[in-house]
Amino acid sequence: MPQLPASFVEPGQDGTLILNMGPQHPSTHGVLRVVMEIEGETIVRLRPEIGYLHTGIEKTCEAKFYQQVVPLTDRIDYLCPMTNNLCYCLAVEKLLGLEIPPKAQWIRVLMNELTRINSHLVWLGTHAMDLGAMTVLLYCFREREEILRFYEMVSGQRMMSSYFRIGGLALEPPPGFFEKVKKFADGFPAKVDEYENLLTGNPIFKMRTKGIARLSAEDAIAFGACGPTLRGSGVDIDLRRDAPYSGYENFKFNVPVRTEGDVFARYVCRVQELRESIGIVQQALAGMPEGPIKADAPKVVLPDREKMKTQMEALIYHFKIITEGFAVPAGEVYQAVESPRGEMGYYVVSDGTAKPYRVHMRGPSFANLQTVAKMCEGQLIADVVAAIGSIDIVLGDCDR
Amino acid sequence: MPVIPPITDVASLKSHPALASLLGWNSGVVQAVRFDREELTIWVEKDAIREACAILRDARDCPFNYLCDVTAVDWYPLEPRFEVVYHLLSISAKERVRVKTRLNGSSPALESVTSVWPSANFYEREVFDLFGVRFTGHPNLKRIMMPDDWEGHPLRKDYPVEGYR
Repeated sequence: MPQLPASFVEPGQDGTLILNMGPQHPSTHGVLRVVMEIEGETIVRLRPEIGYLHTGIEKTCEAKFYQQVVPLTDRIDYLCPMTNNLCYCLAVEKLLGLEIPPKAQWIRVLMNELTRINSHLVWLGTHAMDLGAMTVLLYCFREREEILRFYEMVSGQRMMSSYFRIGGLALEPPPGFFEKVKKFADGFPAKVDEYENLLTGNPIFKMRTKGIARLSAEDAIAFGACGPTLRGSGVDIDLRRDAPYSGYENFKFNVPVRTEGDVFARYVCRVQELRESIGIVQQALAGMPEGPIKADAPKVVLPDREKMKTQMEALIYHFKIITEGFAVPAGEVYQAVESPRGEMGYYVVSDGTAKPYRVHMRGPSFANLQTVAKMCEGQLIADVVAAIGSIDIVLGDCDR
Repeated sequence: MPVIPPITDVASLKSHPALASLLGWNSGVVQAVRFDREELTIWVEKDAIREACAILRDARDCPFNYLCDVTAVDWYPLEPRFEVVYHLLSISAKERVRVKTRLNGSSPALESVTSVWPSANFYEREVFDLFGVRFTGHPNLKRIMMPDDWEGHPLRKDYPVEGYR
């Protein structure tokens, strides 16, 4: 008989019991394994084990041209592909010193906020389902479907969109796209009311979330929480407002902060963010500038298909970019953006060639996962599910 | 030397809060400074990394209290081969700084900063797993991404992209 790994059979201390949860467990949102040391039903210690989804994306990036890395970034955090695209593109654009035209920036903001709504809807549905409320999932996925259709309209893909490219966007949005988004945005606040009707005042939901898995502001900072997990503990930070990128300084929005630091506070922060995001979408639609969607940098940005058929130069540039890539000046940048889960950072090091020397992703899920051990100490086993749901992890982002 | 030549003009960057608090503590630990693309990088003596991080965290006017990220870069075959990179953020002052330290290729080891920021736990395990840099004083220095019995450290430059077959 094959031997079990030592970590599966280690005994607890002082009459405690080791209980294993995952990696195949429906409420771990992927392949997370949690090893719990319990005394009765109370958690004494908890240890998350990750790595089951490690695909070595950082290593793969080093063997690709800069523009070939964009599709890999989609696959890291598959619930917010556009945020990953944006963060990587901004980092490389910073290395290149590229100016992005306003229209491209505004469409990036628009798509990014739709992505945030998309991601929060998946979180809301699955989190509520973990706590026993099945209906919310169906409601959320109804709206998420519309956002996936927008993805399909602009990029041809429902999930792995790779819509943002270094220097701008892949394509002009199709005719009628903005009208459809406008219609969705007008109807969305009423949908958020629907979700809130089901959950916010629901006594069972409140009992499962209020005062559960508390995290103080000091602990949240020390253990590296980010995004709504950090804001739910009363730390007021949002990179869209505090370190604006991609033209976010032109938009007005509030940053929801709660001081309770429990599961319910994180829930409220995210639901409020849904409303703020739809406000940003409305502003982006109302003020959408005219102009090109790609930077004026023929050596970096692929030329239009039409130009390639008529202009010799465009054809040469296209051939060069595809076969040789483009050299990026030596240097290093750390670009951080506010993803639905918190601070997502890309650290890109260039040695002056057409392939990145090193690409490192700072995943918000990876950072937030460390706080689970702290917030679950002394809680009941049943609340571990609520705690894991409340930090909204994506294991693809954790393991990369 | 790494491809990016560090600029050692410490004097012109003295006013940056991160550099000011490090120089105020012990100017000997700052090896080089570089301000590039709006980002400040400070190279710190390897033996002083934990204390330097503690100084930056507790600085009075601009405390870099949040550890964003720990990672490494392998400059194989150059020596010193590894650069361990810390990205710090000051939540109150909205400032960022990058702290780096260099390590030799033969049995690279460094003091852990888990006592300064508990959040360094996972990041240092990741660097240990993928680069083979050991962190002394780390509470649980085990592989985190790769299986426990894996051989080699995949993000090293002398590790083939396709893996060993």
